[in-house]
Amino acid sequence: MSKLIGSIREAIEACGLKDGMTISFHHHMRNGDYVLNMVLDEIAKMGIKNITVNASSVFDTHAPIIDHIKNGVVTGLECNYMGAKVGKAISEGVMENPVIFRSHGGRPSDMEKGTSHIDVAFVAAPTADNRGNMTGKYGKSACGSMGYAFADAYNADKVVCITDNLVEYPVVGFSIPEVYVDHVVVVDKIGEPSGIVSGTTKITKDPVGLKMAQYAAKVVKASGLLKDGFSFQTGAGGATLAAAKYIKEMMLEDNIKGSFGMGGITKYMVEMLNEGCFKALIDVQCFDLDAVESIKNNPNHMEVSASQYAGVNGSAVNSLDVVLLGATQVDLDFNVNVHTDSNGYIMGGSGGHADTAAGSKLAIIIAPLVRARLPLIVDRVTCITTPGHTVDVVVTQRGIAVNPNRPELKEKLVKAGLPVVEIDELKAIAEKITGVPKPIKLDESKVVAKVLYRDGTVIDTIKKVVTE
Amino acid sequence: MRRSMLFIPGNTPSLIVNGDILGADSIILDLEDAVSPAEKDSARILVRNTLKHLGLKGCEIVIRINPVDTDFWYKDLDEIVPHKPDAIMLPKVNGPEDVKKVSEYIAGIEEKCGMEKNTVKIITLIETTMGVENAFHIAGCDERVIAMFLGAEDLTADLRCVRTKEGAEILYCRQRLVTAARACGVDVYDTPFTDVEDIEGLYKDARFAKALGFTGKVSISPRHVEGINEVFSPTKAEIEYAHEVLDIIEEAKRMGRGVVSLRGKMIDAPIVNRAKQVIEMEKAIYGGTDHE
Amino acid sequence: MKIVKNAVAGTLESSDAYVQVEPNEAGIEIVLESVVLTQFGDDIKASVMEVLAENEVTNAKVSVNDRGAIDCTIRARVETALKRAQGDL
Repeated sequence: MSKLIGSIREAIEACGLKDGMTISFHHHMRNGDYVLNMVLDEIAKMGIKNITVNASSVFDTHAPIIDHIKNGVVTGLECNYMGAKVGKAISEGVMENPVIFRSHGGRPSDMEKGTSHIDVAFVAAPTADNRGNMTGKYGKSACGSMGYAFADAYNADKVVCITDNLVEYPVVGFSIPEVYVDHVVVVDKIGEPSGIVSGTTKITKDPVGLKMAQYAAKVVKASGLLKDGFSFQTGAGGATLAAAKYIKEMMLEDNIKGSFGMGGITKYMVEMLNEGCFKALIDVQCFDLDAVESIKNNPNHMEVSASQYAGVNGSAVNSLDVVLLGATQVDLDFNVNVHTDSNGYIMGGSGGHADTAAGSKLAIIIAPLVRARLPLIVDRVTCITTPGHTVDVVVTQRGIAVNPNRPELKEKLVKAGLPVVEIDELKAIAEKITGVPKPIKLDESKVVAKVLYRDGTVIDTIKKVVTE
Repeated sequence: MRRSMLFIPGNTPSLIVNGDILGADSIILDLEDAVSPAEKDSARILVRNTLKHLGLKGCEIVIRINPVDTDFWYKDLDEIVPHKPDAIMLPKVNGPEDVKKVSEYIAGIEEKCGMEKNTVKIITLIETTMGVENAFHIAGCDERVIAMFLGAEDLTADLRCVRTKEGAEILYCRQRLVTAARACGVDVYDTPFTDVEDIEGLYKDARFAKALGFTGKVSISPRHVEGINEVFSPTKAEIEYAHEVLDIIEEAKRMGRGVVSLRGKMIDAPIVNRAKQVIEMEKAIYGGTDHE
Repeated sequence: MKIVKNAVAGTLESSDAYVQVEPNEAGIEIVLESVVLTQFGDDIKASVMEVLAENEVTNAKVSVNDRGAIDCTIRARVETALKRAQGDL
């Protein structure tokens, strides 16, 4: 039976969306997404208020949500990552209720546990049929993996598939099956695929970044984990990608046959797969169009749900050897902040940071020791994204600090001739260059966001910034 | 020990602040070609403050000043010398008189500042045909001169020939400079390899320079530093052999034997000296600790 | 040192500072914009005052647009702007 319905408005009506309900979105179109804005505009026009939006990530393109917050259409916001534009408004206190931040693994796990309830999920689908089978691999808006959307489809009370490429039943190679879908809406365009490539997805040419990348690659080698069966994840930062390149070179040189590469997948990971470094790629989202092309054509490039990627009760992160991650701040207890900038403004979020750090055997943070006069290492991070006990090594261009809970690792790195220093020494080196920064002032009485760790507990809160 | 020397523009704070972590044995903060005439004053003060306050460490600091045919060189020295850079690089040296002029001016500043004489050394940049032909006299003209550096870009313009990647046109100049420097007991550095992207080409060029007798090579890109260091470091086999040579000499001394041979080869004084040089470099590179 | 004309030094690149110096009738006036205003605003102002004192400047308006420059860079840019503003060198 066809589930086609005439418009987004009709779908909203058919789902019985009412004041106070929670709706959800995935972010596979990243900064090219049109769907979140389209749906919220329609909800606003219908006069529905007091909606909670649970979006796996909020990008700058979603800035119109700020007006919906001001008008009372949106009164709750939950996500795993938030770009700087919306982040600024939230940090300045635009919304009464605190934003709820989760990790990529925590979000689906909370839905499965029932601690996060979705009334209506709006799933952008690059290709779908009239009964709601859908995939991201094909269509003019192809985004590759739809990993984050699985939990929404499986757990929401009502599921609306929104596509700009309706094909004849059945969709071959569907990701999300029709049994979970209530309505299918066809629109002109769900997004701009070029927007998928947002953020840094190119190898850095910056000599400092390359230096850190070299150190990180040497840390991986010295750890002893770089052998047959090796599994690896890297984020999409310029320096972490450069580290991946060095690791690839080492693997090819020593003929190491790895097990899997994981994460947000870039063309560099695709190259590693194609050159035999890995048996498979485990792909929860595609960071560039090369990855989209690969997941479509290569059966060893596998789509997985966020739950399988990073869920709390046993997931692929627990099989991960090494993850390379970034940081805006690291503190003396190795806690990492990727939620706020140094002035306390929200400009990020965990994504898979906390999950992979917790699951992997070796979690390496790569970050420059000083960014525009701001030291990386602080006494206490403004916001704990990832707890220090899950972080093993901090690599900077001026030294490498090893978590004291990993003495055997420290010994290996020292033996390999790497410049190992204590974390407080790193702080001192940075402050010798920058001077000692004065602490920023935040409005301690006003919490603008709560950060939930992957197990659902509150690990930290983010306070309102003080504006002059 | 100085294998690699890396140019860093003298008026770009973001590059200067990380200059010491790029792996170069020596960094050259450049007040000459990297700085436009209108910004000479600005760069000079920035570099002076860098020396005074920043404490770049783990590498030698060299300042390239402006040549003696400009009005900038002595102003550069006035600001720079009191803060004790390891060396001044003097460009466009045509003959000993250029070096003398600068050396005397430095001496004046050293005296005024109560510094020990000859604290600040000079590296001469030879990049004119006149400089090449005077190389021997330049290398030996002043106690401050510790090294020579061949700059092939300006030189080939002066030679009126095309600069090529293969470098056949500068072969004579390279050999002349190496010979002059070695004759006077100073170090000698090869011209930068200018194709930043071509790492394979860099290795080839550096290996050739090493084969000619250069001490090391100058670079305009941090991406070339690793290759230069690798090429101009003693190889594993060379280090092992040097240790064997010194061990067997020690043993011979203990046993009171005069003539020593290793693997059927007589070990004479030049071989021992070479072994000592290799061990010194090993210590400088690896800190004398155990390594693989 | 007497400030007789407007002058600038530095750039708006990251890790640099752009400094403008203008003659001022009475005393010192400092205008500071910085990406690290909270963390280092007071330090930057103190450094500017020190450079002014070292150069015996008593009347000047100094505007600093700081892009995260470290202290010795700020000082260099202020000093250069002052020297350029004192007339013919």
